[in-house]
Amino acid sequence: MDVSLVEHLLLNIEETVSIVLFGIGFTILLLHRNLIKKIMGMNIMDTATYLFLASKGYITGRAVPIVVDGIQDVSAYINPVPSGLVLTGIVVSVSTTALMLALTIRLYERYHSLDLDEILILAKEEEQI
Amino acid sequence: MSFVQNFPFFSIILAMFSGIVSSVLSGKKARNLSLAMIVVTTALSAGTLAFCLKTGESYTYMMGHFPAPWGNEIRAGVLEGVTAVLFGVVMFLSVAGGMTHTAEDVEDSKLNLFYIMIDLMLSSLLALVYTNDLFTAYVFVEINTIAGCGLIMIRQKGRSMSAAIRYMIMSQLGSGLFLIGLSLLYDVTGHLLMSPAKESVELLVDSGSYRLPLLVIMAVVSVGLAIKSGLYPFHYWIPDTYGYATPTGSAVLSGLVSKGYIFLLIKIFYRVIGYENLVGAQMINVLYLFGVAGMVMGSVHAIQETDTRRMIAYSSVAQIGYIYMGIGLGTTAGMVAAVFHIFSHSATKALLFISAVGLYEVSGDRKDFVSLRGAAYRNPLAGIGFAIGALSMVGFPMLSGFISKLLFATSAFDSPSKMLPTLFVLAVSTTLNAIYFLRLVITLYSRRREGDKPLPPNPVKKSSRGLKFAIVCFIGLNLVLGMASQPIVQAITDGLAMFE
Repeated sequence: MDVSLVEHLLLNIEETVSIVLFGIGFTILLLHRNLIKKIMGMNIMDTATYLFLASKGYITGRAVPIVVDGIQDVSAYINPVPSGLVLTGIVVSVSTTALMLALTIRLYERYHSLDLDEILILAKEEEQI
Repeated sequence: MSFVQNFPFFSIILAMFSGIVSSVLSGKKARNLSLAMIVVTTALSAGTLAFCLKTGESYTYMMGHFPAPWGNEIRAGVLEGVTAVLFGVVMFLSVAGGMTHTAEDVEDSKLNLFYIMIDLMLSSLLALVYTNDLFTAYVFVEINTIAGCGLIMIRQKGRSMSAAIRYMIMSQLGSGLFLIGLSLLYDVTGHLLMSPAKESVELLVDSGSYRLPLLVIMAVVSVGLAIKSGLYPFHYWIPDTYGYATPTGSAVLSGLVSKGYIFLLIKIFYRVIGYENLVGAQMINVLYLFGVAGMVMGSVHAIQETDTRRMIAYSSVAQIGYIYMGIGLGTTAGMVAAVFHIFSHSATKALLFISAVGLYEVSGDRKDFVSLRGAAYRNPLAGIGFAIGALSMVGFPMLSGFISKLLFATSAFDSPSKMLPTLFVLAVSTTLNAIYFLRLVITLYSRRREGDKPLPPNPVKKSSRGLKFAIVCFIGLNLVLGMASQPIVQAITDGLAMFE
C-alpha cells in the first residue's frame, strides 16, 4: 500500500476511526435482521458522526470554551460550535432510538420475534386470514 | 423591515405550538385546531408569497440576535412561498378528506396524537422549505421522520407497524448519511449557513483543493435524501408505508413528505454546492440514471400489483423517478420541470389516495380489482376524482400531469446527450402508466359480472362531507395546475433564479 496514505490515515486517526465506525453502524442498520442489533447499529452510526464532529472542533492545547479565569481571548479555547451540534445530535438520536425501541416492543409483543424478515412474513399472513 | 417578513417564522412556530397544545385536547378539538392552524399558516405563506412577488426578490430573516455567519436564518423567496402555499393546501385537503376514516382507524384516546403528528409534520415541512441553515434542516428532517413514523404506526395493525419500522430504518439510513455529509461540509467550509458555505465552496472549487471531499459530500447528501424520498432503488419501504397508513397518512406521506426532502435537496444543490459544480462533477448523471430506472421499474412493479392502494404507492416510485430525472438533466429548464412535477404530483397523488378511499367505502373496504368493479357507479364523485387523478398521471391535456410531461419533454432538447434517452423513457413510462391506471379506471366503470366474489354485507357506506369537499377541491387544484400553469412555471423560474 502507498506509504503516504497510511501516514495520512494515522495522522487523522479520529476521522479514520469515525468513518470506519460509521460504515460498521450503517451496514448493521441496513443488513442485520435482528431489530435490537439494528438499533445498536444506528447508535454506532450516530456516535461515529459525533466523534467526527467533536474531533474536528478540538484544537490541541486549548481549553473548554467556558470562561472561568477571565481569559476572553478566542485563541485560548476550542471551537464550541461542533460541541453544540453534537449535543443537538444526541438529543435527536435519543428520541429516534426511543421511538424505534417502542416500536420493537410492540412488534415483539405481537409476533414474539425480533427478526424483521420473520415479522414481515407473519404480518402478511395475519392480514390474509 | 416589513411585518410580513415575520410570516415564515410565525407559520413554523404556530404549527409547532398547536402540536404542543393538542397534547392536552380531546381528539375532536385537536382536529379542529389542526385544521384552523393549517388555514392560518397557509394564509401566512400566501402573504409571504405576495410580498416576495411584489418586491421581486428574496429576503433572509435573522433568527435570534446573532447575524450571519454565526446565527440562524430563515430565507423566503417566490419558490419557497409557492411551495409552502401548495403544501398547506394539500395538507388541509388531505386532513379534511380523511378525517372520518382517521377517527375510525385510530383509537379515541389516541386521536389527538394523530393530529399532533400532523401539526409537527407541517411545521417541519415549512421549516425545510424556509430554512437557510443546514443543521436546522437536519433537525427538522428528523422531526419530519418521527412525525411520519407516528402517522403510520398510529394505525395499530400488524402491517402498519411493520411498515413503520421499515420506514424508520430506511429513514435513519438516509438521515445518517445526510448528517455525515453536513459534518464533512462543515469540516471543509467552516459554515452551516447556506450562503457563507456556498462562498467557501466556490473558493475551494476555484482553487481546485478538496476536490474529493466535495465529491463525497455531494454523493452522501444526495444519496441520503434520495433514500428518504424513495428514489429507485431505495424504494422498498414505499408500498407498505403508503399502502397501510390511514388515508390521510398515505396522502400526506406520498404527496408532501418525500417532496419536502426533494425540495431541500434542490435547495442544497443551488444554495450550497452550486448547480454548475454539480454538473461538473457528473453527480447529476447518477441521479439521472436512477431517476430513469425508477420511472420504468416503478411502473413495472405497479402493473404487477393486485392491491390497488399498493399500486398507487408504486406509481409514486415512478413519479419520484420523473422528478430526479428532471434534476439530472442538468439544465434550468429540467429543474423547472422537476419542481413543477413536485407540485403536480403532490396534488394528483393526494387526490388519488383520497378518492380511492371513497371507492373502498362502497366496496366493503376491499382493495382488490374484482371488488372494485363498478365502484364508480356506487360512488360517482369518487369515481370521477379517481379518473381525473389517473388521467393526470398518464398525462392527459388540461390536467397538471400533462404540463409536467410537456415541460420534461421540451427541457430534454436543451441537453443533447440526454435528449433521446429522456424522450424514449418518457414514452415508455407514459405507456406503462396508462396500462395500470386505465385498467383500474376501466374496472371502476364496468358493471359487476356474474360469478364475481360477493361483496361483504352492507358494502355501501355514504361518504362524509369532508371527503366530497376534498375530492372536489383536489380536482379543482389539478385543473388550475393544468390550465393556468403559465404563472406557476414563471414563479418557479423566478424562484430558482433567486436561489443563486
